[in-house]
Amino acid sequence: MSAIASYNFGYLDEQTKRMIRRAILKAIAIPGYQVPLASREMPMPYGWGTGGGRGPAAIIGPADVLKGIDQGADDTPNAGSIPPFFAKVARVETTTRTADATIIQTRHRVPEEKLRAGQVLVYQVPIPEPLRFLEPRETETRKMHALEEYGLMHVKLYEDIARHGEIATTYAYPVKVAGRYVMDPSPTPKFDNPKMHRSDALQLFGAGREKRIYAVPPHTDVVSLDFEDHPFEVQHFSEPCALCGAEGVYLDEVVLDDRGGHMFVCSDTDHCETRRADGHVGALGTSPMESADV
Amino acid sequence: MYVAVKGGEAAIANAHRLLADRRRGDRSVPALRLDQIVEQLALSVDRAMGEGSLYDRELAALAILQARGDLVEAIFLVRAYRTTLPRFGVSEPIETGRMRIERRVSATFKDLPGGQLLGPTFDYTHRLLDPAILGDGVEAASRRPGEAEPTPRVTDLLAHEGLIEPDGEGMGEPGDLTREPLQFPMNRDLRLQALARGDEGFLLALGYSTQRGYARTHPFAGEIRIGEVDVRLDVPELGFAVSLGHIRVTECQMVNQFKGNAETPPQFTRGYGLVFGQAERKAMAMALCDRALRARELGEDITAPAQDEEFVISHSDNVQATGFVEHLKLPHYVDFQAELGLIRRLRAEHEAAVAEEAAE
Repeated sequence: MSAIASYNFGYLDEQTKRMIRRAILKAIAIPGYQVPLASREMPMPYGWGTGGGRGPAAIIGPADVLKGIDQGADDTPNAGSIPPFFAKVARVETTTRTADATIIQTRHRVPEEKLRAGQVLVYQVPIPEPLRFLEPRETETRKMHALEEYGLMHVKLYEDIARHGEIATTYAYPVKVAGRYVMDPSPTPKFDNPKMHRSDALQLFGAGREKRIYAVPPHTDVVSLDFEDHPFEVQHFSEPCALCGAEGVYLDEVVLDDRGGHMFVCSDTDHCETRRADGHVGALGTSPMESADV
Repeated sequence: MYVAVKGGEAAIANAHRLLADRRRGDRSVPALRLDQIVEQLALSVDRAMGEGSLYDRELAALAILQARGDLVEAIFLVRAYRTTLPRFGVSEPIETGRMRIERRVSATFKDLPGGQLLGPTFDYTHRLLDPAILGDGVEAASRRPGEAEPTPRVTDLLAHEGLIEPDGEGMGEPGDLTREPLQFPMNRDLRLQALARGDEGFLLALGYSTQRGYARTHPFAGEIRIGEVDVRLDVPELGFAVSLGHIRVTECQMVNQFKGNAETPPQFTRGYGLVFGQAERKAMAMALCDRALRARELGEDITAPAQDEEFVISHSDNVQATGFVEHLKLPHYVDFQAELGLIRRLRAEHEAAVAEEAAE
């Protein structure tokens, strides 16, 4: 039966890889601009990392080391499924350690550890168009980008302030890239927006279903939209990570019981593990989760 | 207390083992063979080939088996294989006028050259469950005697009198939305490709909506034909076209009303459907949608969903749709955490404001 279906290195055929690489080069040349791409299926479902997956599929080489992140963690569904896929079709090494990876595919988090030059962070993007929920038509939004007509976005942010006293956007918080294009940073919590600013790493954003690729080249300005009297702010957590005691990192809330009990732990599991290996202990750091961690 | 922070990878591997087990089902029941699926679930195979955009019965059957009969999942498997195949050429247009016909019906003429030929249709069957089909006691159908007479397309007959708009000259190599970025507004070639790959249920509902007054196009089923056509590839090195084999297709030509305008006298217009295999419902729905989507080209008011190209084409692909709808079950706790924090703070502020008001 194996004779009736076989696959190329990195899954995609070479023509398609070339097409995607051309789109990536264009995206790098025009930071924040959404480069259209032809519709190519990936063997994972749309909405589950095809856009991100195409990035690695097109640029991966035998020497690359791939890390997957889903919601910050290394073994949640996408992170647990995408690196093994490339290990299978491209025979590359995979890792959970941010520092060791050359390509990191992520679903909605930027690692806490500072990225370095030479690394590529590939974001999975569900809806690449930051203006989509203000204007559903692609024909219109492309025009708005072309004319740098972003007034609607500022009105939306202003309406938030008028209604809630603050900008009520907590993730997929719009940014302006290199002073030109307003860009959706993918649904990462706005906590991660500052990490995108002048990063040493190349940041690629792939939207498979919507067929767009865009990029933030290294050292590029990524500025979150705000107003002078309502400056952009990131989330703050009132307590440190219960396992490793980290502060100033993004935390997940874990529900402990049905009486409102909860704890907060690092969203970035690699960061948390590295800290615990280095001897940092949080308030619940000796909880039995270490033994469950198999 | 156990905190499930890790463990996803092992859980996923276990789930896949369980899936493989459930897919196979009771081991005392013989495993299905691909030829059984190809022969006895032929219309499922046809749908997987059509919406999977890959004409290969055996691969489609494998996909259906692997998908436990879930056709959208099977279509996805076929697509994800098709996308890896290099493209080595573009065939000549297939000539459906020279189809080896198994079924051909026209709702517009009682009799016509080539005749009405019902073929293997569910039409006129009584939908009564029939246990008698179990087993092998089905008698072989007799073949149609004699040579088939030429069967010109109904639209060609109408075109002789100029009653229907011309088919249009070929535009050279058609576009391919799997190779070139999709941009709106689209040309009809790309739109037809998108419709041919589109979800049968979605197009059926949209086509139905045009019959119920949402973009009424007064359609007649000019003709539906099912049969085999040759696929020919022009080989530049040889200087002539060679036959690659034949495929079975279903073609539907809808004949629709058009009142005419200052430049054009009243005439019929066309809606076109063409699908791999035997897929009559899909071909008819596709033809209705094609005609509705020509509203802009024909200067009609765009008032209904079926006429809205961006709406229809952006949402007709079931592989895309199922992926994005089902991705909602993926973890979203990072974003949910962000919303949770915001809602808690907004509620606290609201409470404080209410308390302050009460105190005043």
